[in-house]
Amino acid sequence: MDTLTYMLPLIWAAILAIAVTLYVILDGFGLGLGILFHFERREEQRDVIMNTIAPFWDGNQTWLVLGGGGLLAAFPKAYGVIMSGLYIPIIVMLLALVFRGVAFEFRWVAKPRQEFWDLAFSWGALVAAFAQGVVLGGLLQGLAVQGDHFAGGTFDWLTPFALFCGLSLVAGYALLGTTWLIYKTDGELQDWARDIAKIVLLLVVAATAIVSLWTPLTVPRIAERWFSWPDIALFAPVPLLVIYAAWRCWHGIENIGNDAEPFIAAVALFLLGFVGLLISNVPYLVPASMTVWEAAAAPSSQLFMLVGTLLLLPIILGYTIFVYWTFRGKVRAGEGYH
Amino acid sequence: MDMDAVLLARIQFAFTITFHIIFPSFSIGLAAFIATLLVRWRMTGKEHFRKLARFWTKIFAVSFAMGVVSGIVLSYQFGTNWAGFSVVAGNIVGPLMGYEVLMAFFLEATFLGIMLFGWERVSPNLHVLSAILVALGTSMSAFWILAANSWMQTPDGFEMRNGVAYPVSWFHIIFNPSFPYRFAHMFTAAYLTTSVVVLAVGARYLVTSRFIEESKTMIRMGLGMVAVLAPLQLFIGDQHGLNTAKYQPVKLAAMEAHWDGSKPAELVLFAWPDAKAETNHFEVGIPHLGSLIITHNPDGLFKGLKDFKPDERPALLPIFFAFRAMVGIGLLLIAIGLTGAYLWWRGKLFEATWYLKPLTYAWPLGFIAIISGWWVTETGRQPYLVYGILKTVDAVSPVSFGAVLTTLILFVLIYTSVFSMGILYINRLIEKGPQGEAIAASGDPSLGAHPLTAAQSATRSALGSEE
Ligand code: HDD
Ligand code: HEM
Ligand code: HEM
Repeated sequence: MDTLTYMLPLIWAAILAIAVTLYVILDGFGLGLGILFHFERREEQRDVIMNTIAPFWDGNQTWLVLGGGGLLAAFPKAYGVIMSGLYIPIIVMLLALVFRGVAFEFRWVAKPRQEFWDLAFSWGALVAAFAQGVVLGGLLQGLAVQGDHFAGGTFDWLTPFALFCGLSLVAGYALLGTTWLIYKTDGELQDWARDIAKIVLLLVVAATAIVSLWTPLTVPRIAERWFSWPDIALFAPVPLLVIYAAWRCWHGIENIGNDAEPFIAAVALFLLGFVGLLISNVPYLVPASMTVWEAAAAPSSQLFMLVGTLLLLPIILGYTIFVYWTFRGKVRAGEGYH
Repeated sequence: MDMDAVLLARIQFAFTITFHIIFPSFSIGLAAFIATLLVRWRMTGKEHFRKLARFWTKIFAVSFAMGVVSGIVLSYQFGTNWAGFSVVAGNIVGPLMGYEVLMAFFLEATFLGIMLFGWERVSPNLHVLSAILVALGTSMSAFWILAANSWMQTPDGFEMRNGVAYPVSWFHIIFNPSFPYRFAHMFTAAYLTTSVVVLAVGARYLVTSRFIEESKTMIRMGLGMVAVLAPLQLFIGDQHGLNTAKYQPVKLAAMEAHWDGSKPAELVLFAWPDAKAETNHFEVGIPHLGSLIITHNPDGLFKGLKDFKPDERPALLPIFFAFRAMVGIGLLLIAIGLTGAYLWWRGKLFEATWYLKPLTYAWPLGFIAIISGWWVTETGRQPYLVYGILKTVDAVSPVSFGAVLTTLILFVLIYTSVFSMGILYINRLIEKGPQGEAIAASGDPSLGAHPLTAAQSATRSALGSEE
């Protein structure tokens, strides 16, 4: 393997990892707000919850398109295998996103009869989050592959482990959503978010602990990676940092004043989870069946895309930050964006 | 592979993409229309341009949302339904779609936030700029996705190794033989379609004597575009057909229902092509005109369906009738454009009720033509998915019949209900019309907080008026 065919897939895996992480964090808090809708029934408060994300949701969701599009562009074989192998959860996620996405718009048009779109928003978010967790769990378990194609059954993904991953992600997104709400609101709604956030944080910590134990138990390959010497010393900081981030999150939720802290800590928790996943699965793209090199597109395709990505990604990040900055500040009831 | 699963996957893809294209066609044209209105407002200072822009932005928001959610489904369907396609053509189609995401989707989705909410929050110039960037994003999105689709129709710039396509020249991949024609034709189609909608809405207000000043602007802008674009579209379409004759002769033969390549072709106006008997029933045609159009020579010869093996021929009926629907609408739009231009020239446009009244029903014409055109193009490519390289049957994902059937039913149920609600909401917004000041924020506290907060107040009253 020459340097190019060795390096390009690694670079592309890194770019995709960034895209997926950004998606999970950005749309994660959006979906989290949808999940919170289940617990906040007052229309006025729901309006504010939605207003905290309304100008951003479409841009946030585009990272999901980059995840899918980038996977097709850089790793077409993995794209085919993953989409066929996880067909049901992926289609369920897409359909849920249809409801959640149009609800953003329709809810306001339908007022005062918006109940249906409130349901579409909250259930769309919940189901999409759950399905994404199932996809993750399904991937961790591994997919049966023959040649370049998926060779398993329609319901191979359906295991208690994958379902639990679904629940965990729901809790995780809910944490992002509540801490975002602490950051973007004040007064009664913020107090409410603080109360909820504590419960959600405890759930997330529990789920993280369970998944972290369950994964090595079901997937021996991952157990070997973590628990062999000297790797265990190398990786030990990850769980320690998780505990630290969770503590900072709790601290931020309790302490009125620094409203950004809980959200930042929640994001840190997600990033650490992601690092954990990387450690467990490098160099697999479809765990245990396809490495990044096996799944890679032709070097010339990856190179052609890389040029554009290196040029455009900074610009995209730049104007994304600009839009967030434009709509900065607290959102208050009946006030919208001033 | 299971034949029925292939058929179901095709139906599913055809269904979801046919739904999708309705919204992009409108988004592409409407974004440009709104940007134009805002620029004219900045240049002339006339408030009614801004009022109109604001009105159409509400409609744009609803349409755009539906375009986005239906598009996301599509970008994943290449894998869920056509995994073989991503293996064989992923090296080529993947980067094209990747560029679409990076250059177009992020641009339009991000600046949409400012375009919809920025009315009071940012400076007018930045707001106008955002509208322009959204319009630019939608156009670039069309550029890249049509490059991908055209490559599937007329592949170029690649080589096959072990059954997988590898890029050789990106220039030839993007600017493949049918791309310039398809891009020009589709782009014009989107603008034409939106112009017809604007014209129809303007006519609707004028014949009922509402929003007189705004409706006249809409009629002038819509009609001006139709009068120019409809004839242009005929010209582009003709060139597009010549290109098809060269690269996909069997598709052209199907469009023309031309069986015998050894004789000059007539222009078949109507017929019932019979694939089994290899002939046309009830044929009405004009002798030699077909040859004249395709070869520019009344006695010119071009290949007929019989020159191809039956299993290389696409399904005839959808291609034949969809093509006639598209061209028929194209000719009708030319007639509408020219009649209107004549009335305008004589200064009688706004009094000609006989002309304006039927126009109020003309809004779906462009959409029907676009869907028809795509059915011609895509069905005509069969039995191939990538023309000459990958057959559709060989591309299908290893997904079970039951799974595809279940999801197909879900798609049909969810799409028809969700999107009919959306279209209903758009109609309500139109019914309500461009009311109030350009900046309606003063009355509604939540305005500016949401893409549709603007729409919300309008629809609330529209609903209220119903109750
Ligand atoms: C000629 C134009 C055109 C065509 C043929 C298609 N699209 Fe499309 N698409 C657009 C023009 C467009 C657009 C104008 O950019 C949209 C539509 C409405 C909108 O709101 O953005 C869009 C939205 C849109 C989105 C959401 C983007 C976002 O998040 O902002 C995705 C993922 C796709 N499309 C994907 C596809 C795929 C996979 C197609 C083909 C198989 C396809 N589109 C055909
Ligand atoms: C947006 C307008 C489009 C419409 C209305 C449309 C319509 C259709 C229809 C009707 C079919 C089914 C054909 C058949 O099986 O007989 C189809 C198939 C397909 N189209 Fe398109 N299409 C559009 C654009 C595109 C684009 C831009 C791409 C790719 C870049 C694309 C890729 C495909 C694929 C992969 C299939 C499935 C395989 C097949 O049946 O050949 N389409 N489309
Ligand atoms: C006026 C006469 C017209 C002619 C002669 C014409 C010709 C054609 C031809 C030959 C094709 C098939 C190209 C191929 O697949 O090889 C096509 C496709 C298409 N047409 Fe038309 N057309 C006309 C009018 C229109 C109008 C009015 C619209 C819409 C407003 C339209 C929209 C489309 C679309 C969306 C496609 C599919 C995409 C493409 O292949 O470009 N056409 N047209």
